[in-house]
Amino acid sequence: MAFAPLAPGLVIDGFRLEELLHTGSMATLWRVTGRSWQPPMVMKLPQLRESGDPTAIAGFEVEKMIMPTLKGIHVPRFIAAADFPEQPYIVMELIPGPSLRARLADAPLPPPEVASLGAKVAAALHDIHAQHVIHLDLKPSNVMFRATGEAVLIDFGFSRHDRLPDLLAEQFRLPMGTGPYISPEQVLNIRNDPRSDLFALGVLLYHLATGVRPFGNPTSVRGLRRRLYRDPVPPRALVKGFPPYLQEIILRCLETDPTRRYHTAAQVGFELQHPEQVKLTARAERARQDGALTVARRWFRSLGAEADPRQSATQQLARAPIVLVAVDVTQASQALLAALRVTARRVFDTEPGARLACVTVLRTHRIAIESNPDEDAQSLRVQRLVELRHWARPLSLPPDRVTFHVLESPDAAGAIIEFAGTNQVDHVVIGSRGSSPLRRYMGSVSSKVVAEAECSVTVVKAAEEGDAAPSAEEPGGVSADGAGPPPPGG
Amino acid sequence: MLRALLADVHANREALAACLEHARAQGAKAYAFLGDLVGYGADPGPVTEAVMAAVDGGAVAVLGNHDQAVAQGARSAMHPDARRVIEWTRAHLTPAQIAFLGGLPFSVQVGESLHVHANAWDPGGWAYVLNAYDAGRSLRATPSRITFCGHVHDPMLFHMAEGGRVATFEPVPGSGIPLGPRRRWLAIPGSAGQPRDGNPAACYALFDDATSVLTYFRVPYDAETAAAKVRAAGLPERLGNRLQAGT
Repeated sequence: MAFAPLAPGLVIDGFRLEELLHTGSMATLWRVTGRSWQPPMVMKLPQLRESGDPTAIAGFEVEKMIMPTLKGIHVPRFIAAADFPEQPYIVMELIPGPSLRARLADAPLPPPEVASLGAKVAAALHDIHAQHVIHLDLKPSNVMFRATGEAVLIDFGFSRHDRLPDLLAEQFRLPMGTGPYISPEQVLNIRNDPRSDLFALGVLLYHLATGVRPFGNPTSVRGLRRRLYRDPVPPRALVKGFPPYLQEIILRCLETDPTRRYHTAAQVGFELQHPEQVKLTARAERARQDGALTVARRWFRSLGAEADPRQSATQQLARAPIVLVAVDVTQASQALLAALRVTARRVFDTEPGARLACVTVLRTHRIAIESNPDEDAQSLRVQRLVELRHWARPLSLPPDRVTFHVLESPDAAGAIIEFAGTNQVDHVVIGSRGSSPLRRYMGSVSSKVVAEAECSVTVVKAAEEGDAAPSAEEPGGVSADGAGPPPPGG
Repeated sequence: MLRALLADVHANREALAACLEHARAQGAKAYAFLGDLVGYGADPGPVTEAVMAAVDGGAVAVLGNHDQAVAQGARSAMHPDARRVIEWTRAHLTPAQIAFLGGLPFSVQVGESLHVHANAWDPGGWAYVLNAYDAGRSLRATPSRITFCGHVHDPMLFHMAEGGRVATFEPVPGSGIPLGPRRRWLAIPGSAGQPRDGNPAACYALFDDATSVLTYFRVPYDAETAAAKVRAAGLPERLGNRLQAGT
C-alpha cells in the first residue's frame, strides 16, 4: 500500500490528516479525524525513509505491540494501528497541552511543587508497572497531564513488557534511552528492571528542583557510563535551604545499584505525599559528592554488573506491596486488635519489600460544637497517633518500613478508600466488628471498604472474647478481591 | 482462523485429550501436529487414531523422528531402551496406523507458516533448535515468515529483525504475543505429552492467522493415570516418573 506525501487532507486507513503537530527524528505526529471517533486523536507515523534510523522502525514495532495492552487514565487511549510496509501508523487519544518539559524553564521549582509533580508521575509509573510495562524512556517531554491533573505517560518506543518479547533485545549495541535520564543498568543494556524508571524519575525531580541535570547530557557511551560510579552533587549544595526529605527521596532514586533505590514507584509517591514520614538517612545530610576512593570502588564493581534474568516489573511489584492496616484504636475489642496484628504480621512478613501504613480515622462531626474545636482536635489527633503506635509496638517493625496516619473524616470507610487509592495501596487489612450494636447503628465500615476499594481487602474477625488470636482454621481472615488489577498477596 | 499447535504428544492420550478440550474451549477451528505423535507413552494407538481423524478433517501433521523410527522398525544401533519402546509401540499399532505415521510429510506450509518437526535447514536430520544460533540457521533456511516446530520439549520463541540478530524469549502462558510482520519468528509450543521443564502440565499454543497473535498455554492433565499406564505396559519405569515430575 503506497501513500502520497503526508499533507493535510490525506486519508490513511480511514483517518484524515488535519494538522502537523510535531516532527521528530523518529516520527511525525498529526492530529487526525475520522472513523466516527469524537475525542481528539493523534496519529504517529514513524520516519522510514528520511532518517534510515533502524531504531525508528523498531521503536514503532515496540509501541504498536505494547500500547494496546495498556489501559487506564495514565496512558493515552489506544485507538488503532496498522503496519503497512510503506507507511505504518498508530492512532491514539490526543492529550492536549504542553508536556512537563515546559516547567523546566522555571526550574528550580519550589519543593512542594516538585513533590506534587513527582507524586503524579510516580502514580502513573506504578500504574504501567502493574500492567507489566517498564517505560525505559521517562523524561519531562514524555509526561503530559490531563485536565483533571493526572500524569499521562507517552512514547513507549523503548519500553519493555514482562510478558512479551523484547523486540529491541540483541538488535542494537548502543544503550537505548535518553542521555540525561538513562539508568546505569540501561547503559549496560539491562532492560528488565522497573527501578530503571525510578532512576529516571530521580533525574526528573533533581532537574525540576535544582534547575541542573544530575549527570549532565552525555552523548557518548563513555560519558553515559560515568553514572555507574560517579554520584551527583547533592541538591542542598546547589539550592540553599533544600528540604532534607526531598534530597533523601531524590538521591535514593538516583542510587547506582537498583536494590538501593525504592522498591516501587508507589513507595516513591507515598514518601513524596508524606514528607514528615520520610526516614532520613545519611543521604539527606550529604553536602558534597563522594570521595575518590568510594568512586573508584564503585567503578571497579561496575565492571562486573549483569542482568538478573528473573527480574521483571511484575515480580518487583509483588515483592514490595504497600499494606494498609486500618485500626479502630478506640472502638475495637482487645481481641480484634490482637487479631489485626496477627494478620498484619502475616501479610507484612510474606514479602521482603513490604511496607505497612497503619491508619486510624478520627471521626469529625460535620458541624463542630465544641468551645475550642481546633485545640480539641489537635490533642485528639496526637492521642490517636500515640494509640496507633502503641498498637503496632508488639510487631517490632523496622522504622523505615512502617508509617502512621490519623485521617480525619466523618466517613471512616470513605477516608480509608481514598487513602488507599491516592497512595497506591496493594492490600487493605481491616477489622470487622461482627454483630455489635454499634455496627447495626453505624453500618459496616469493612463491608463498604470491601465493596469500593480498588485493591484486595482482608477482613479480620476476632475470635470469641477471651481468645487473643485467631487460629489458622477459624474465620480469622476472609479475603475478598476488589475490582482493581490483581495485587500480590491478596 | 485459530489453529492449535501440538508438538511431541508421544502417545500420551490424557495430555492430548486435555489440550484438545482446552483448545476447543478457546475457539480453535484448526489443528497442527508438529511430529512425534508416538514413542515414550502407553497409548500410541488411540493417539494415532485421533490424529488420523483430525487429518481427514483438514488438520496438519508432520513426521517426527519417533514416528519415522516406529514406521521403519527398530535398528540394532539404537539404545536398548529406545529399541524396546519402538518394538512395543509397533506391536500396539495397526498396519494402517503404521502406514499413516510412515507417510507423514517432513513439512507443511500453511500461508506464511512453515510446520516442521525439528528445523527448516534439514528436516530429516533431526538436529535440535536449542538456542538463538540454531534458530537463526533455521530462519535463514526458509522464506516462511513464521516457523512452528517441536522436537525440543521446552516452549520457546525466537525472533529476528530484518538483517538483525536473533533474540530469545521464554513465553509466559496465556499472554497473546503479536508476531509482527517486520520480523521473522520461530515458535516452539513445547511438548504436549512429555514436558521437561519441571512443570508437568501439557504444553501447546494457539495461533490466530488473522491477527498473527500466538498464545502459549500450559494445561494440567491427569499425569498420574498416564504414568500408571506406562508402568503397567512394562515400558521403562523412568518414562512414567518423568511425566509426573515434568522432567
